[in-house]
Amino acid sequence: MGLRRVAVVGAGMTKFMRRALETGRELSWQAASMALDSCEMTLDDIDGVVIGTAPDAFDGVHMKGEYLSDGCGAWQKPVMRGYVGGGTGVFSPIQGWYHVASGLFDVVLVVGEEKMSSCHPHPQGAFLTIFDNLLERQLEPNLIWIFALEMHRYMTAYGLSKRDIALVSVKNKRNALDHPCAQVAEDITVDDVLNSEVMVWPVNRLDVSPVSDGAVAMVLAAEHVAKRVTDKPVWIDGVGWHLDTAYWTNRDVSYPKYVEYAARMAYRMAGITEPRKQINVVEPYDPFSYKELHHLEGLLLCGKGEAPQLTVDGVTQRNGDLPVCPSGGLLGVGNPIAAAGLMKVAEIFWQLRGEAGKRQVPGKPITGLAQAWGDLMQVGTVVVLRI
Amino acid sequence: MGSPEQISQVEDIRYVYGEIPVNYAYTLGVAGERFFREIMEKGRFMGTRCPQCEYTYLPPRLYCERCFAGLDDQWVEVGSRGTVEAFTVAHLDLDGQPLAEPQLLALVRLEGADGLLVHRLGQIEAEDVDIGLLVRAVFRPRRQRKGSILDIRYFRPVAS
Amino acid sequence: MTADREYPGTPLSDSDVSQGKVLIVEADPNARYAWDAGIAIGRFLAELKKGRIVGRRCHRCRRTMVPPRMFCEQCFRPTDEWVYLKDSGRVNTYSVSYLRWDASRVEEPTIPAVIEIDGASKGMGIMHLLGGVKPEDVQMGMRVRAVWKPARQREGSILDIRYFRPY
Repeated sequence: MGLRRVAVVGAGMTKFMRRALETGRELSWQAASMALDSCEMTLDDIDGVVIGTAPDAFDGVHMKGEYLSDGCGAWQKPVMRGYVGGGTGVFSPIQGWYHVASGLFDVVLVVGEEKMSSCHPHPQGAFLTIFDNLLERQLEPNLIWIFALEMHRYMTAYGLSKRDIALVSVKNKRNALDHPCAQVAEDITVDDVLNSEVMVWPVNRLDVSPVSDGAVAMVLAAEHVAKRVTDKPVWIDGVGWHLDTAYWTNRDVSYPKYVEYAARMAYRMAGITEPRKQINVVEPYDPFSYKELHHLEGLLLCGKGEAPQLTVDGVTQRNGDLPVCPSGGLLGVGNPIAAAGLMKVAEIFWQLRGEAGKRQVPGKPITGLAQAWGDLMQVGTVVVLRI
Repeated sequence: MGSPEQISQVEDIRYVYGEIPVNYAYTLGVAGERFFREIMEKGRFMGTRCPQCEYTYLPPRLYCERCFAGLDDQWVEVGSRGTVEAFTVAHLDLDGQPLAEPQLLALVRLEGADGLLVHRLGQIEAEDVDIGLLVRAVFRPRRQRKGSILDIRYFRPVAS
Repeated sequence: MTADREYPGTPLSDSDVSQGKVLIVEADPNARYAWDAGIAIGRFLAELKKGRIVGRRCHRCRRTMVPPRMFCEQCFRPTDEWVYLKDSGRVNTYSVSYLRWDASRVEEPTIPAVIEIDGASKGMGIMHLLGGVKPEDVQMGMRVRAVWKPARQREGSILDIRYFRPY
């Protein structure tokens, strides 16, 4: 394809918190400087910066890319900022990837940040803007409505039970107990999930990830730099992204086609023909418990409607045949919108290098995948990493 | 090819009214928390200085944007006096309505700082302001201060 | 990420804020809008005021779409004609909401749903509320019909339909 090889050579992140003292800029700097320190690089080594962060309404700050830029190491450097909802966390490393793969830049810093705690009375109020301004907002919807409608359609299409779906919350919140940055890690049972407050049936409180402040950063480098900087570069071997329409009520939400299209694009590039066999560890996007399952199916890692059984059988535990969300995911670590997906890419980076500490999956995984989702049930973003 | 439809009935043109019903409560950050507490409790300005880049940030920052060094142990006091680097007179408010009284605004470089502060000028007429004017901060009384930029009422000229 | 290093970030609790241990600056942008409805939705809303639901058809892909749109997003060409649809349909999916828009709780739940409108192509739904039915009695695929506000109360809004009720 004429593109250069690109590797992730360093990563860093802040704690994910309900409310941080730090401003968004300070959170960005904390994550970005940690990423640089982790591979002993300085700002002088960085050729360009990619910033992933949600628009004004969450942090309440206009022109957020410009506002955050100094904390993202972008002083007097070329900067690009993108936003595709929650898909941003995996989309920004893709943007970073094509900066380097194109040959235009050798080293790029990718930073994802969100500070949702500033939004009152509740960030839900900012999420309202996702609904159609002419035909839907008048119904006074809550963001959770869309997820509940999708979850119910998914359950009905495949005859799934809330019990099986609740296992995802149990697994991820327990995995997160081993993540030093986790906001909502805890040891719970399926009954705890089913008995938690009903928000919008069939969604209960413990089926949902929290609102968070946090930042994540990583350093991407061209091959000749990567090999000089580390003896464990993690190669970005496949990228994919896809956007469906905003007409979500005209689509069948029981299956995320846009995730499949993004996955196929990444698999083709990475030479993956049998994803279930060739991928060793996966971080699909899990803002809600059922989403992990929905996305595993969209990623073609199992058949439609089959993901709950994988969870029941223990296949997706850290010591299972296909570990899923060993980090603890959004359900356990937290959900600062544009940073959450980047946390997953960082997790795959650490897992492949054997640096995930207590979260390390056994068996020396070689190929990992991170996926994010966003907007009105629309966006699929995928990266395939290999060591 | 153009649009196939023309609006022929005026009553078919519609607006839909709505709002984004959120407001904000911002933390000031690690650096901002210290900056405003010093103003509130001690009536003084603190900046952070990067020794490597020889740059004093005011308002202070937790990190140097130039070299990315952490500056949380590099606090320095800067003077309450400074010079006017630029000024303007505002006649309209945020909604474009005329202000009851025009506002005199300035960019002030405080003694010892490299960064500039935006604030109001007081006790002076617009036609008497010049670039380079020496000014001093006028703080509100201690009990009226809340840890806000408005704890400074304005900057007034210093007799040279 | 090896060993147990300390990660940056200073978490605050609710009491840190409510007891004034940290300073807070407040702002209210007061963002208000008057959105042009556009040609397609302008007509859609005008028809709602008359107690009718209208869609739009693309002759190339032969989809009859609701909400109507002046160009077909799949064929990327202008759509061809207005089509009056029925005000009945089937429940594609539904949920039971105990939350208001600002995440506060309500005692009496509402029933948000996606309703596929009769006369439009399969899968063409709109979001609305179900009413006149208990949540436990709703079924996927149920037939429902719009309950309209009286003509003189209709304004040209999605709320001119009060809700959809099973029949």
